Amino acid sequence: MAKSIAGPEIERLIQLLAKLPGLGPRSARRAALHLVKKREPILRPLTAAMADALEKVGECSVCGNIDTSDPCTICRDPARDQSVVVVVEDVSDLWALERAKALNAAYHVLGGVLSPLEGIGPEDLTIRQLVERVSKGEVKELVIAVNATVEGQTTAHYLMDQLEGLDVRATRLAHGVPVGGELDYLDEGTLSAAMRSRTAL
Amino acid sequence: MEWREEGVVLGVRRHGETSVIAELMTRSRGRHLGLVRGGRSKAMRPVLQPGNSVMAHWRARLDEHMGAFALEPVASRAGGLMESTVGLHGVQLAASHLRLLAERDPHPRLYDGLIVLIENLNADRLTAGELMLRFELAVLEELGFGLDLARCAASGTKEDLVYVSPKSGRAVSREPGEPYHDKLLALPAFLTDTDRAADGETLRTGFTLTRYFLSRHVYEPRGLDEPHSRTSFISAACASG
Repeated sequence: MAKSIAGPEIERLIQLLAKLPGLGPRSARRAALHLVKKREPILRPLTAAMADALEKVGECSVCGNIDTSDPCTICRDPARDQSVVVVVEDVSDLWALERAKALNAAYHVLGGVLSPLEGIGPEDLTIRQLVERVSKGEVKELVIAVNATVEGQTTAHYLMDQLEGLDVRATRLAHGVPVGGELDYLDEGTLSAAMRSRTAL
Repeated sequence: MEWREEGVVLGVRRHGETSVIAELMTRSRGRHLGLVRGGRSKAMRPVLQPGNSVMAHWRARLDEHMGAFALEPVASRAGGLMESTVGLHGVQLAASHLRLLAERDPHPRLYDGLIVLIENLNADRLTAGELMLRFELAVLEELGFGLDLARCAASGTKEDLVYVSPKSGRAVSREPGEPYHDKLLALPAFLTDTDRAADGETLRTGFTLTRYFLSRHVYEPRGLDEPHSRTSFISAACASG
């Protein structure tokens, strides 16, 4: 067993930081050292911010977004078209679409995609909650914005099966050439999808 | 230890932040798993979609280790499969069936069947449905629970086979089966007569037949539920119109 070089408090801080995405044991050690050195300008406000987040941040009971209020800021925003709901896999996708300011609509976070290999079935996702939301009759359009993967699209098709019989228009994101993408470097699947979805110039 | 062989991607599981564990079906090494470093990169994600064929170079220090794959794309089918419900649920269902096999156990017949199936999942829904049904029969056979549909278990005739015994899995012709018709399973004609084409109704009958034997011999003894992709695939392939 490796010999401890710092007190148990610092070792614990390093171990916890190492669990964060993008940080391994070595970078966690660097981050811990930095935090301890910058006690007042970083460590104290960070501790307060984390305590605040722990206390106040929760999941929106309407859409599954994370925010400090329930319903979340997006669901409460009167300027948004609440009749259009963008269905995303995860909160990070919601944030990406919000950054792009792509559509002034409401959201629904599924919490993942159907994945037999990872043991994720329909009951692990918020599909039932989405069907209930649509059943109320206020949603006119669902934009299925799941990833262009086999698992993402299978989830989209499963979702459409569950929504059968409900009066809602369903659309999905286009598949094709990304901005700045070079045809030579694209895979055949993307190229053929882009060719099938070609538009008039 | 190392080998090089073509395989079909069945699925991937996240491993750490940048890598994945890929599950491939190969002809001579069966269902094989391996680590793909950088498998979550922008370049590798399109390659690692179910249904795509890859050239796999597997390396490990010992044979019993999981090992690591270096993969190169051979055929990209996932983009086309994503265009239809039958294609999407079909590739997921085929992968679910192949997961019933033991790892590294070669099943060349199923590998060949898988290639034919995924190449034709976007052809037309009835063809895809019939191929899937025959694939399920092949899976049952490879697992040791094959049905004997060649001749009648009672009379030995090859004609007018319309039932299957739920006990023995053997075909039964109309006349000896008639007194027990409510206890026997229906056998769709296109499974024994290649001149007969499948339609939505007979396909459903066929899937009811394979469901019975899959549940009895595979799902129930292993405590598994029928995959939801099977229900979705059958609905899409057997839909009217």
